[in-house]
Amino acid sequence: MQSAVTNKITKELMTGLYGECRKAISVNDYPALTALRDEAIRRFEETGFPTTKLEAWKNTDLKESFSKEYKVVVKPEPVVDVQKVFLCNIPHLDTAIMGQLNGWYVSKDVPLMKLGNGIIMGSLAEALKQYPELVEAHLGKYAGVNGDAFTSLNTAFIQDGVFIYVPDNVKSPKPVQIINVIHSNESLFLQSRNLIVLGKNSRLSLVHCDDSYNQQASFSNVVTEIRMGEAAFMDHYKLQNLNNSSSLVSSSYFELDKAAKLESHYISLNGSLLRNNIRLRFNGPHGIANIYGIYLMDRKQHIDNQVFIDHASPDCTSSELFKGILDEHSSGVFNGHVLVRRDAQRTNAYQSNRNILLTETAKVNSKPFLEIYNDDVKCSHGSTTGQLDHDAMYYLRQRGIGEDSARMLLMYAYADEVVSKIAIDPLRYRIEDMIKKRLQGELQICEACVLHCNTPEHPMEFVIDMTKI
Amino acid sequence: MLLSIKNLHASINGKEILKGIDLDVDHGEVHAIMGPNGTGKSTLASVIAGREVFDVTAGEIMYKDKNLLKLAVEERAREGIFLGFQYPVEIPGVSITNFMRTAVNEVRKYKGLDPLSGGAFLKLMEEKKKLVELTSNLANRSVNEGFSGGEKKKNEIFQMAMLEPELAILDETDSGLDIDALRVVANGVNKLRTKENAFMVITHYQRLLDYIVPDFVHVLFEGRIVKSGTKELALELEEKGYDWIRKEQEG
Repeated sequence: MQSAVTNKITKELMTGLYGECRKAISVNDYPALTALRDEAIRRFEETGFPTTKLEAWKNTDLKESFSKEYKVVVKPEPVVDVQKVFLCNIPHLDTAIMGQLNGWYVSKDVPLMKLGNGIIMGSLAEALKQYPELVEAHLGKYAGVNGDAFTSLNTAFIQDGVFIYVPDNVKSPKPVQIINVIHSNESLFLQSRNLIVLGKNSRLSLVHCDDSYNQQASFSNVVTEIRMGEAAFMDHYKLQNLNNSSSLVSSSYFELDKAAKLESHYISLNGSLLRNNIRLRFNGPHGIANIYGIYLMDRKQHIDNQVFIDHASPDCTSSELFKGILDEHSSGVFNGHVLVRRDAQRTNAYQSNRNILLTETAKVNSKPFLEIYNDDVKCSHGSTTGQLDHDAMYYLRQRGIGEDSARMLLMYAYADEVVSKIAIDPLRYRIEDMIKKRLQGELQICEACVLHCNTPEHPMEFVIDMTKI
Repeated sequence: MLLSIKNLHASINGKEILKGIDLDVDHGEVHAIMGPNGTGKSTLASVIAGREVFDVTAGEIMYKDKNLLKLAVEERAREGIFLGFQYPVEIPGVSITNFMRTAVNEVRKYKGLDPLSGGAFLKLMEEKKKLVELTSNLANRSVNEGFSGGEKKKNEIFQMAMLEPELAILDETDSGLDIDALRVVANGVNKLRTKENAFMVITHYQRLLDYIVPDFVHVLFEGRIVKSGTKELALELEEKGYDWIRKEQEG
């Protein structure tokens, strides 16, 4: 088997590669998984990569991302200096760190750990070997292969990623942080697959970061399936900070059992093209999902958030708040779709997308959409796009605050509505700090980056003191 | 002379609002600007503050012997000009504390002073809050967000107390206030009055002038000051109404 190929990414390349590698990548499969792969690649072959002719991709064009050549790796390459790559320096943030390098799970010691409280965490590839029944009960069950082409492709090539299992009634004592770093001297096309299973009445805080280590281009197709058992609680953070030539299609599939509660935060700070597919299904009554998003784009960057909430059960509440600031020639898309099924009585569903365009060349397409088949519901949706409030600018300046500071203050306050929802204090402070730097154009990949930075943090002077005194 | 306005003409979207204003304001003085709606009172305040939507087409404004029209909004503010807004702007996400700390320190920086430390700033805030009878819970809320009309106006006076301007322009600060709020606002102004500062109080009604006693009263009508006098002029206006002015002008 060829372990890598460098080429332009096409349907033919990927299906051909699957044919060549099928045996090697399915070596640890339970029988149904190989069948799932075959079905997935067949579906992918039917659809191919999405184009702007598809409604769901109308405003996100992959042409430029796919005009480059990428190296597709189907076997992990040797890791150099794991320690150096994963040094995390968020002060006072005490997390259990799980590292991924170019999509492959990396560890200093054992690839899969079972902790005293029964939590299993580590490499999905290793979980396939050690806990095949546990994996089989969930893998591919929420993502399916009938929808998105990227998910089908990812499913066909499932090899490694992060696996977390929290047993019934166990509360993870500290946040778990997944750091996926792309670090290569070549442009990589990578696919990783994560599976997170929360038992009944369990609890997990999960910080999931995607980062670039250098300026090399990359294309990531990441799929994460998250199953939350009855009354489970998860506090979930996706932090995206890639370089200006990298693209990321990140698909998250959430399945919430009865009375499960999810707080999810999508924080998109940098990247050439970022697409978040967020799909959530209420599998039982009384579930709650709050999904927040903040994105700060400039240059020719593009952000696309697609949120689909399936109210398949009664008495559930979902709320979405996505806010963006788009500068220069950047562009954004928000598609929110809430489906309230016939039997989902007493549903509460709220959707809101707000955008600030700082220039005339920045643009956004926002489409909140409610599809309701029940009349006992409370739903609302809204979308606004505008400039910074001129009256507020004038008011601040009339008190002696300079134009730049006033603009910063307003942008920061605008973002803060979302950022203030971050429940882990050290993480929130750090993200507030990153947003300040990002807004001032000072956030440099690898230099002041939140995750793998190994230079001592140099204190920065801010004109505006945001500390709440 | 603190402020000297000569033959000021200003327009918005090509429509002339101010048609030749002459006005001198000196330290230690309180000037009331009165007049019917739509005659340019708020425009005059905005032009002095430096709002960019207005075009000054003729005339000059000298402030502390500087050409005020050459300064940006924030520079005028740092030079000591304060505008109490008729409609204070709501700014979600910016706390009053943070807003005022930024403003006070930017003004201090302009004057070559070190920024106030957190402790010193808090102390100053407590002192000024007391002065203007501002309840403590307002300070931690977002600027003007969800405030009642009275709270917004009290907040303007609080900001004025924090920034200690040399020239404070209060644009219809009395509008929409009940009598208690009006008294609080007026008390704040009276406590801040010194020989070193000056006030321009824009008002539609004489009522406010029972509490803030002006040294001079000017009547603005169709973009010009048509009558100036002492506080007795305000009483006369109250009695005769603005029709008196209109008739005089038209006749």
